[in-house]
Amino acid sequence: MRLRLNRLTWPYLAWMLLFTLVPLLLVAFYAFTAYDESGKLFFTLQGFRNVISMKDTVALSAFGLKQLFSLDLQVPIYVNVLAKSLEIALLSTLICLLLGYPAAYILAEHSRRNRNGNNLLLMLFVIPMWMNALLRTYAWLALLEPRGIINNFLGQLGLGPVQFLYNDFGIGLGMVYNYLPFMILPIHSILVKISPSLIEASEDLGANRMQTFSRVTMPLSLPGVMSGVNMVFMPAMTTFLIPDLLGGGRYLLIGNAIERQYMVSRDMTTGSALSIILLVFVLASMKFLTRYEKENNEGGMLL
Amino acid sequence: MNQLFSPKKKTAVSMADSGWQQQLPDSTGSSHIIELIGVNKYFGEAHVLRDISFYIRQNEFITLLGPSGCGKSTTLRILAGFEQANSGQVLFEGRDLLAIPPYERHLNTVFQRYALFPHLNVFDNIAFGLRIKKQSRQEIRTRVEQALKMVDLQGYSERWVDQLSGGQMQRVAIARAIVNQPRVLLLDEPLGALDLKMRKDMQIELKDMQRSLGITFVYVTHDQEEALTMSDTVIVMKTGEIQQIGTPTDIYNEPRNAFVADFIGESNILPGRMTRDFEVSFAGRTFTCVDPRMENEAVDVVVRPEDVQLRQPSDETVNGVVTSVVFKGVHYEMLIETETCEWLVQSTDRAAEGDHVGLYFDPDEIHIMAKSDQSPDRVRTAGDDVQEQEDDW
Repeated sequence: MRLRLNRLTWPYLAWMLLFTLVPLLLVAFYAFTAYDESGKLFFTLQGFRNVISMKDTVALSAFGLKQLFSLDLQVPIYVNVLAKSLEIALLSTLICLLLGYPAAYILAEHSRRNRNGNNLLLMLFVIPMWMNALLRTYAWLALLEPRGIINNFLGQLGLGPVQFLYNDFGIGLGMVYNYLPFMILPIHSILVKISPSLIEASEDLGANRMQTFSRVTMPLSLPGVMSGVNMVFMPAMTTFLIPDLLGGGRYLLIGNAIERQYMVSRDMTTGSALSIILLVFVLASMKFLTRYEKENNEGGMLL
Repeated sequence: MNQLFSPKKKTAVSMADSGWQQQLPDSTGSSHIIELIGVNKYFGEAHVLRDISFYIRQNEFITLLGPSGCGKSTTLRILAGFEQANSGQVLFEGRDLLAIPPYERHLNTVFQRYALFPHLNVFDNIAFGLRIKKQSRQEIRTRVEQALKMVDLQGYSERWVDQLSGGQMQRVAIARAIVNQPRVLLLDEPLGALDLKMRKDMQIELKDMQRSLGITFVYVTHDQEEALTMSDTVIVMKTGEIQQIGTPTDIYNEPRNAFVADFIGESNILPGRMTRDFEVSFAGRTFTCVDPRMENEAVDVVVRPEDVQLRQPSDETVNGVVTSVVFKGVHYEMLIETETCEWLVQSTDRAAEGDHVGLYFDPDEIHIMAKSDQSPDRVRTAGDDVQEQEDDW
């Protein structure tokens, strides 16, 4: 990649250097070093060894492998955590997509019809984002608690109490709620840009509304879907706030695992090693997810 | 431009002065594939189509011509099904078209900005309609190849849309429409985005294509030359109303009002008076003409600039002074200031600025039109203005 530098790019470069590159290098540095008893730094792979240590193995539980398929696969504890995180992140992303696409579609139709008008509907989806994520998640806590508002209401009806929290449901709900706008916005912004004449051309050529959607609208909105998936999957994979609150602190996802290595165990080496592994993992997933789109584009360029 | 048309040929399909909005006895005997009856369209408060009625014959090249905002594109979009008429009827081979959704109409559209699918290559763009109709793979391949050949784009099937030039995109758009073998092809200013040379070439190709395919073309344009070059029938529209329907020759030689005269080519439009049959007074003189007396005394007189002959000033001629001479290639374009007004004259004879010349025109070059509220968009001279106002009083 060649960067053409001019004076205007300097502040951004400084920013990137200071807040992206340096922290990243620090994490990489800590991942491969530790202090001995005398307080001297030395190179070590102990962090990575801890992560894949077969000392503490558990049955791989993610994706229902243990429960659904009775598959008893013994893996290091962190591998299970990573798999569990992946499961929940993928599931949340999928639900966000299933909920977000129709929402984005309806919103796009709406803003297309009121071209110069209010985007009130879109605002309703965006406004919660102006609030702190911590507050929003606490609000869910108040709602979903065993003696919270919803269970109180269910109790009045003679139902429940239902265990909403501290399980996959609670965490999934928290993630979907928090990240849904990040799915809706990119899809919406690409849908409103699709020229109405393309839809007309499709109908003109004999495609009904369903066919027009599947052959024109949907393929054209794929870039928006891709960036929506990116924007949901990445934070869902790495969050520690949501599983911490809605998982009741017992629920270990990779974000929590890292947080705990730093803040509880004070083991910077293992925490950094985990971070590096997570980083590589997320980058690889992203590469995999965007592969289809890339191929499509490159194919176009090659021919 | 007049070289293109034989002058003064009154054709059988010429619209009568009244009743042309009603169904006319069809002189050519071919059937009406589409018929619009009293179509009205409102956009909010704006009344954009007012009682539009006309018919389209089988295999006809018909052009809706008018300035922007005249309702020509809206008419086309109603035919395609993208807009709903507020009232009126549209019949397609005698059956109600308006109840049919766009995807079930046997019409295809060539869009103004092509509207090619950016996520598909040329082949898939053209095959789109055939795939919807579940044609066999072999059938699709054959017909797409045929269509590509027709628009002279063989070997482009693997190209992506953004790798094409404007002219090529236009051809793909046409191929994408005709590959479905529609009964009627709707074209919405399809050549608007092309440069002049390409536009001229495509005009001829489109006309050839229409003849060889035997498809009815409904063409929308604001370019009067394009309309005259390609069409069998021209419909001139203004502010949601039909001004005139006729063959290009009719429209050019016998404009129904000052708007049509002015919109179709350049013309000298002068206020005149008719007190008797075959006699009209304008420009300070009385001339013999070929038209009988009209209902009103006040009329508009049209003399095409190429019909004016330059002579020595005499009692027979309208005399004036040449104020400007511009060489246009085939002819000179001159402005001649006379006592009453300024004339635009196109002639192969050259006069010099400041020359005293006489203007002469044959009786059948003088076209008489009823006065209308359609005063021309471009008024030639200030003198015209004043006199016209006097007439209106």
